[in-house]
Amino acid sequence: MSEAPATTPDMTGGGGDDLAFASQWRLMWIRFRRHRLAMVGGVVLLGLYTGALFCELIAPLSPTQRHREYVTCPPQEIRFVDAAGDFHLRPFVYGVRLRANAGEWQREYEVDTSITYPIELFARGPGYRLWGLIESDLHLFGAGPDAPLFLFGTDELGRDLFSRILYGSRISLTIGLVGVALTFLIGILLGGLAGYFGGWVDTVVQRGIEIIMAVPQLPLWMALSAALPADWPPLRVYFGITIILSFMGWTGLARVVRGKFLSMRDEDFVVAARLAGTGELRIIFSHLLPAFLSHVITSATLAVPGMILGETALSFLGIGLQDPVISWGVLLQKAQNFQAVSMAPWLLLPGLFVVLAVLAFNVVGDGMRDAADPYGS
Amino acid sequence: MLNYIIRRLMIMIPTLAVISVLVFVIIQLPPGDIITSQLILLQQQGIDVSREAIEAMRVRYHLDDPLYIQYLRWIGGFLVGDLGYSVQHGQSVNNLIWERLGYTLLLTSTATLFTWLIAFPIGVISALRQYTLFDYVSTVLALLGLATPSFLLALILMYLGYAWFGIPIGGLFSPEYAAAEWSLGKVGDLLKHLWIPAVVLGTAGMAGLMRVMRANLLDELGKPYVQTALAKGLHPTRLVIKYPMRIAVNPFISTVGWLLPHLVSGSAITSIVLSLPTTGPLLLESLRNQDMYLAGSFLMMLSALTVVGTLLSDILLAIVDPRIRYE
Repeated sequence: MSEAPATTPDMTGGGGDDLAFASQWRLMWIRFRRHRLAMVGGVVLLGLYTGALFCELIAPLSPTQRHREYVTCPPQEIRFVDAAGDFHLRPFVYGVRLRANAGEWQREYEVDTSITYPIELFARGPGYRLWGLIESDLHLFGAGPDAPLFLFGTDELGRDLFSRILYGSRISLTIGLVGVALTFLIGILLGGLAGYFGGWVDTVVQRGIEIIMAVPQLPLWMALSAALPADWPPLRVYFGITIILSFMGWTGLARVVRGKFLSMRDEDFVVAARLAGTGELRIIFSHLLPAFLSHVITSATLAVPGMILGETALSFLGIGLQDPVISWGVLLQKAQNFQAVSMAPWLLLPGLFVVLAVLAFNVVGDGMRDAADPYGS
Repeated sequence: MLNYIIRRLMIMIPTLAVISVLVFVIIQLPPGDIITSQLILLQQQGIDVSREAIEAMRVRYHLDDPLYIQYLRWIGGFLVGDLGYSVQHGQSVNNLIWERLGYTLLLTSTATLFTWLIAFPIGVISALRQYTLFDYVSTVLALLGLATPSFLLALILMYLGYAWFGIPIGGLFSPEYAAAEWSLGKVGDLLKHLWIPAVVLGTAGMAGLMRVMRANLLDELGKPYVQTALAKGLHPTRLVIKYPMRIAVNPFISTVGWLLPHLVSGSAITSIVLSLPTTGPLLLESLRNQDMYLAGSFLMMLSALTVVGTLLSDILLAIVDPRIRYE
């Protein structure tokens, strides 16, 4: 990469003296911060995870409550300007009613400008337990129990899609993390063993990786998730799916780790440690692992989106998570055929969040890769 | 080289054997078998089946034999080209899959062609014109393409096709041609339907290849030999095509072998959404019903394709890139 941008490398954030003594992680952080797109991705991820963490508080409505009079209702606009053209400081939504002349099959809604529901910050709404612990009925915003405050519309049972997407993010965004943590464990262990010891261990692990990579992924997912007992509670199915995803996902990471071990086990500092009488495990964990941990973390970041997409695909096909559980894949199941999509295109909105999350993870991973590469420009 | 190929072929045999066991186990893993799932279907239609009939079926399809005998029977037939009998469809597997395999190949090769035709030039141009508007736009598009699940893309295209042109898009043929004999009109109809699945299937791979192409070419462009050639007065276009590009094209070749099995199974979800007569939906359905012979033969074929494909790309790579030597 000879065509470096014309700007001189500007190590903002640390004075010249600090830089010389900055730890590896600090140097990475300084480089990462200069990667503008990655920073944007990081902010997006932070926002998504905050939403997932506090979904009960942020969601204006209950994700399971059925609003029978607002079935497949299109998204409602938050307004500042009313029908008469007057500006209101407090935002509001108009009422919604079924169009009088609509046919029996086609539900059409129209805005009813005679009723306004002002939106309040920290409004009282449906009760919930935050993280299953703290009982409350406080919501970040709300407009009263009768208001059609459906920012993203409702599904065919009249449930608020915006609230459901927020609740769904809790599962969809964490399934990747838990899965990658497991992948991490298997990958580092097996890849490390293969790379460090070589010989027959290496051969066995290598063949294992080859075989798993040769079996088509989707059928393997399908068969494994079909093997999960049907009477398992949703939470256990969730963990089952994570394990399945990581069982498929460890191969890539193991190859990276193996390669790193192979190239480093004969480096001078390792030989020195060995000559000084350091034990094998200590060499692996305190000399080798730190040397490429940044690289592994980057690979892991880039592996998360694969897991998110995996959950979405499995649930979309109806072999992952199922309806009482709320995840983005489960929500997208409603948009499976084009009749549904053409009648209610807003049902595709969960997909937008999938794309957003995956995009953000990819961008952050890219930024981390550049930041972790000591030879990069 | 010949030695290398022979050795790889030898390794392939145990690999495929292990895969075949794995495939068998995967299919047997879920509780129940094809008869129980067929029974549930029949009961849903309100048809009662007597115990004797069930027993007779189980005996006829050898479902109560020990597992290793079932395995040997399956793999033995597979080796001599007898893919077995699909209980669910009441036909031999050979009958069921060849036509679908044909459509799948057609679709896959169209998608691949589309992928390369777009990814290759865009990757090259955005590397040569790094940090220009073109580069930024194509980078963003590539990232978007990577992030969008293929079924979502299919749904969106279907929705747009419906909203803008008012036609439901799906399948490979219009209704009037679906059952018709092959004719020029039918081929034309096929081409009209082919582009959406090709675009959908090609997009994810396209984004990945574009990025790889760009990164590799950028790495090469910085090397001293490029400067040397420029200093000696070689025309820049000629230079890029003749040297750095030939090296940067490696990832295209090393993934070409994986492309086929990947697209065959990766297209499953898209095929379901777009209701295409490809192998994907049939495979999923057979897995769901534990139709052992159908699912097993499919999976074996895909796995074998992957293993053979990897070898093919390794050989191709050695031919194209003289620096690669296999011991």
